[in-house]
Amino acid sequence: MDFKLPFKITFWKVVLLLIWLAGLVALIVRFTQGLGASTHLSDKFPWGLWIGFDVVSGVGLSAGAFTIAAAVYVFHVKRFYPILRPTILTAFLGYLLVIVGLLVDVGRPDRIYNPLFMGNIHSALFEVAMCVMFYTTVLFFEFSPILFERLGWSGPKRWITRVTVPLVILGVILSTMHQSSLGSLFLIIPQKLYTFWYTASLPLLFYVSAIAAGCAMIIFESHLSFRAFGHRLKADVLADIGRVLLVVLVLYALLKAYDFYGRGVWSAFFLPRMETWLFWLEILIGVIAPIILLSIRKVRLSTGGLYAAAVCTITGFLLNRLNISTTGLMASSGVHYFPSWMELAITLALVSTGFFIFAMAARYLPIFEHPHEPSHAGKPEVGFPEEVLEIETFSAGSG
Amino acid sequence: MAKGLLIDTTKCIGCQACALACKEANGLPGEQEEELSATAYTVVKQKGDVYYRRLCMHCNDPSCKSVCPVGAFEKTQEGAVIYHANKCIGCRYCMQACPFSVPTYEWKKRAPKVRKCILCYERLKEGKITACAEACPTGATTFGDREELLAEARKRIQENPGQYIDHIYGEKEAGGTSVFFLSSVPFAEFGFPANLPEDSLPKLTWAALKKVPSIVIFGGAFLYGTWWIIDRRMELAEYKSKQRESKFQEKK
Ligand code: SF4
Ligand code: SF4
Repeated sequence: MDFKLPFKITFWKVVLLLIWLAGLVALIVRFTQGLGASTHLSDKFPWGLWIGFDVVSGVGLSAGAFTIAAAVYVFHVKRFYPILRPTILTAFLGYLLVIVGLLVDVGRPDRIYNPLFMGNIHSALFEVAMCVMFYTTVLFFEFSPILFERLGWSGPKRWITRVTVPLVILGVILSTMHQSSLGSLFLIIPQKLYTFWYTASLPLLFYVSAIAAGCAMIIFESHLSFRAFGHRLKADVLADIGRVLLVVLVLYALLKAYDFYGRGVWSAFFLPRMETWLFWLEILIGVIAPIILLSIRKVRLSTGGLYAAAVCTITGFLLNRLNISTTGLMASSGVHYFPSWMELAITLALVSTGFFIFAMAARYLPIFEHPHEPSHAGKPEVGFPEEVLEIETFSAGSG
Repeated sequence: MAKGLLIDTTKCIGCQACALACKEANGLPGEQEEELSATAYTVVKQKGDVYYRRLCMHCNDPSCKSVCPVGAFEKTQEGAVIYHANKCIGCRYCMQACPFSVPTYEWKKRAPKVRKCILCYERLKEGKITACAEACPTGATTFGDREELLAEARKRIQENPGQYIDHIYGEKEAGGTSVFFLSSVPFAEFGFPANLPEDSLPKLTWAALKKVPSIVIFGGAFLYGTWWIIDRRMELAEYKSKQRESKFQEKK
């Protein structure tokens, strides 16, 4: 197997290097001069892009792993097995990057372990912190068979497969807790968060929309890795994810409508304010467009159509999270916030690092291999996990 | 007994004595400031010809304390809401959550702390009153027992109905505070939040967080049960199909 990186200079590699360089400079400024010099945060606007995007959005985008793991292991939807590994990898990377983002954002990263010893159970952030920590550990274990397989360690792999089900259930519970608690973070500021977004159902809405975003990410990354490496997933599996996504989005739309109805905020829908625009953008791109797209059978069955619906969902999701954690708070804060170039650089560097590691892992680890397709020439022959063989016989038997 | 401050803006002449005394008592650098900052735990501001102060309200059920993931804030018996800097991780959730947007941050430092008024807690323990109340030349800021201050505020409103609006800011806001304001103009004009619920805000979070144990227990039981039932069924189905197969082969 050849480990040589292809060192052809391409446009994207130059862009990547520039982003990393900018990120590195920003990181140095952040840790030598402090948050004031590197960010546009202030006493009136204490949370910005790093919390809104790197943490609040990052966690949501990684929600695919617990969803698919639950489907495969708890509900025995074995046909989703082929997407389990890439999804777990995405989530594992996602959470690691969230932790890095958090370390950059908090004022005293050297004390990041403090919540472990002096927890405050009344704090939604405490719950989020603990769950993120434990869930990242769970994700590591869920991911570890891939490593063990690559290294040829069959002992530890067998051991870990034995506890898979309890591990998955633990992961689902931890995820349910912190995905919704990210919404609970904002429950305490009814007078600060703009009326479109402040509702007692924030936790539920966060939970449901995270599942939608997680499903959309699966479609998104399958598409990208197909384009980059020719890893092709069976189209019908993705179409099924599309169908799940549709159901979740419709549920989300209904919950939203019910919430607006209950609070009677219809009158705010057409006020000439920045929030109105942002809100409509979020709903049209993130909810209505993908629902329409996915309702059309032809779109659902085409890779391009699915991809478009996924991109819409993800964009809308990001708008929603950023609206709740930044723009929706601007009016009450009385200041205007736009991230500094250093905040943008670090965020971009984190995202591109995620893509980069994913690409490396897709190349060197058995992420996309499954019995439905012959392994690629030049790749190491790896044994397939027992479960996969079972699925094969199972699907052969039932199909 | 819980202590507190009564700030009667009709008596304030804007002399800044309290703000400067606060700087001195807390060893804060710099001169008079316009806004609360890491070096100004209180400021005197002007709206029209009325002067008012900004400072921590020392809430009865403080949002800052409830949201802090490491419990860095403490509501003491004396009523003061104090801060344990050695615990703080610098997430700034307290600043985001405070209904009065009081806590500030040392943005320029490499190991920053959250800063806010702590009702001169060290002085209180020595039996002294706060530095601001001690410095105030007109009696606009007075220190005392929370309940007595409230009674005094009510008395002033009753005795001078023309001079005050009928509202003690802090009596009910966000579940009540230990710092009260009296004024001749509506408090919204000072930019004080006017839309705060009378119930304490941490209750809103708790309504969601208290459901966590049941999510863990019922969620866990549901997931495990589902797994077990489906697994069992599939095992049975497989077993039966094998039996059928072997019978079929026997017949052959
Ligand atoms: S005013 Fe803000 S900082 Fe002061 S006790 Fe209340 S919540 Fe905490
Ligand atoms: S910044 Fe410090 S004091 Fe404030 S909530 Fe975070 S850990 Fe607690």
